[in-house]
Amino acid sequence: MTIVVPTLESPAAVRAPRPRSRRPGPGLAAILIPLVACLYVGVVILLPAVSVVASAFAKGLGPFLENFQSHELISALRLTLFATAVAVPCNVIFGLAAATAIARRQFRGKALLLSVIDLPFSISPVVVGLMLVLLYSPSHGLLGGVIESLGWKIIFSWPGIVLATIIVTFPFMAREVIPLLEEEGWEQEEAARTLGATNWQVFWKVTLPSVRWAALYGLILTTARALGEFGAVAVVSGNIEGLTQTLPLFVEDAYKNYQTELAFGAAMVLGGVAIVSLLLKLLVEQLLEQDKKAARIEP
Amino acid sequence: MTPALLRRWRPPTLALPSWPWRITWTYLGLILFLPLGAMLLRAAEVGPVGFWEMATTPEAIATYKVSFGLALVASVINGVFGLVVAWALVRCRFPGQRLLDALIDLPFALPTAVAGLALTAVYSTNGWLGQPLNEAFGLKVAFAAPGVTVAMVFISLPFVVRTVEPVLRSLEKEQEEASWCLGATPLQTTLRVVLPQLLPAILGGVAQGYSRAVGEYGSVVMISSNVPFRDLITPTLIIQKLEEYDFDAATVIGAVMLIFSLLSLLVINLLQVWGQRYQGDAA
Repeated sequence: MTIVVPTLESPAAVRAPRPRSRRPGPGLAAILIPLVACLYVGVVILLPAVSVVASAFAKGLGPFLENFQSHELISALRLTLFATAVAVPCNVIFGLAAATAIARRQFRGKALLLSVIDLPFSISPVVVGLMLVLLYSPSHGLLGGVIESLGWKIIFSWPGIVLATIIVTFPFMAREVIPLLEEEGWEQEEAARTLGATNWQVFWKVTLPSVRWAALYGLILTTARALGEFGAVAVVSGNIEGLTQTLPLFVEDAYKNYQTELAFGAAMVLGGVAIVSLLLKLLVEQLLEQDKKAARIEP
Repeated sequence: MTPALLRRWRPPTLALPSWPWRITWTYLGLILFLPLGAMLLRAAEVGPVGFWEMATTPEAIATYKVSFGLALVASVINGVFGLVVAWALVRCRFPGQRLLDALIDLPFALPTAVAGLALTAVYSTNGWLGQPLNEAFGLKVAFAAPGVTVAMVFISLPFVVRTVEPVLRSLEKEQEEASWCLGATPLQTTLRVVLPQLLPAILGGVAQGYSRAVGEYGSVVMISSNVPFRDLITPTLIIQKLEEYDFDAATVIGAVMLIFSLLSLLVINLLQVWGQRYQGDAA
């Protein structure tokens, strides 16, 4: 029965390796790694976040709500919401246009163009603000003369704040939508076109529904960043209390002027928005994952 | 007959690009290229000699040391701990994992001013962590260089984790199993089989985080004391120059930072290409 056939494997079977190299099961590493990870994230991220909430509500809900009687805080909140309300739709239109234009074609310089769109991620926000000042400042800007003769005011006014917000947030949308469109291929759109749909109809009825979750994800990221932008806005706004002060600028200003409660109140508003956007992001991520799976199965 | 005639009569079209292309280029031109051009033009007006002089004043050099040096420290710390966090998220199962996963994205979502306020509150000498650190080691974190580093660590942590995580997840288990079967210890397997495959992702994440940390303003300006030659970062120096109406100096230092951003973008792209090649070989 047990005839040992001398095969090539048999020497190896004789010198079988000792089973010392188990798969790293529940050993020391399996406890240590999560522990270190949790401690690190706890100290670096969780503790500061909790401290904002604790400081904002340190004296209870009443004093926290009293912060909202401050005119400066309300006007800062209003300006931030306004800048976001202008910047986000502009960037959504650009993002979708750029995605439909770029994703469906292979051309020389495509990687370069994508890098160019990514530029605002790697340029310091302060440099973005500086660029706007050098372009539009009435005294030193390249177009300063033109702007002044038209009677416009861009720097130290709301158009500058909106422009700064637009620049730092425009890549998000395109970045989220392009990969999905590239993965999906474009048979469906061709089908729609051969059936006589116009470009607009194809975009509205075929392309947009297929990338809806990615677009929504991009929209959330754009909005969260637009609400919180600090560096670029700090350079162009002039930080005039009650006029050109956005909510993030208000947080810094109040803190530096020892109005700690106001600072934490305003920070809590922004932090609350950030947490809501994170929760929405988690939700949309799951929907996006489903869409991606569907896109992979379909072709 | 007439439509056919018209078609024949149409002059040779210059083939205007489609609407999406027109929107893309117009928008990019107005929003990105125009300001970028204005700045490069202003920087060119200064002339090479003036540029070099203003870019290398002792004051500017001191801020480069703070910005680029501390960002390097922060990125190295995040390179190590980011890998640990990514490993914990992918390879381990433990309670609170979902929370940990969600927390990683907080620095992306939280406005930098709020992050700066939070870190200053925690690490100042009467804060939750600042007080014990100060009493035990005499270490002053907020309003000094360590505080700047902490802020940079905070904002650049997600880059490493989120870059390493998908690569770690997509690694083929067979290679590690083969390594174990051949008698390697878990440590050897990790160092010789897993880490080399993760290296492009780790470096890519570190480079992205570094680039972000160098340019960061909002959170750092709040936790730093902004004293020149001690913990003043380059973006803050640009703003100070603007406030002094020294537009030339601001432009030159801004151009230095811009050149750095372009270089880092190049490095990050090269690292990505390298990583893809690695994955291509593995598959």
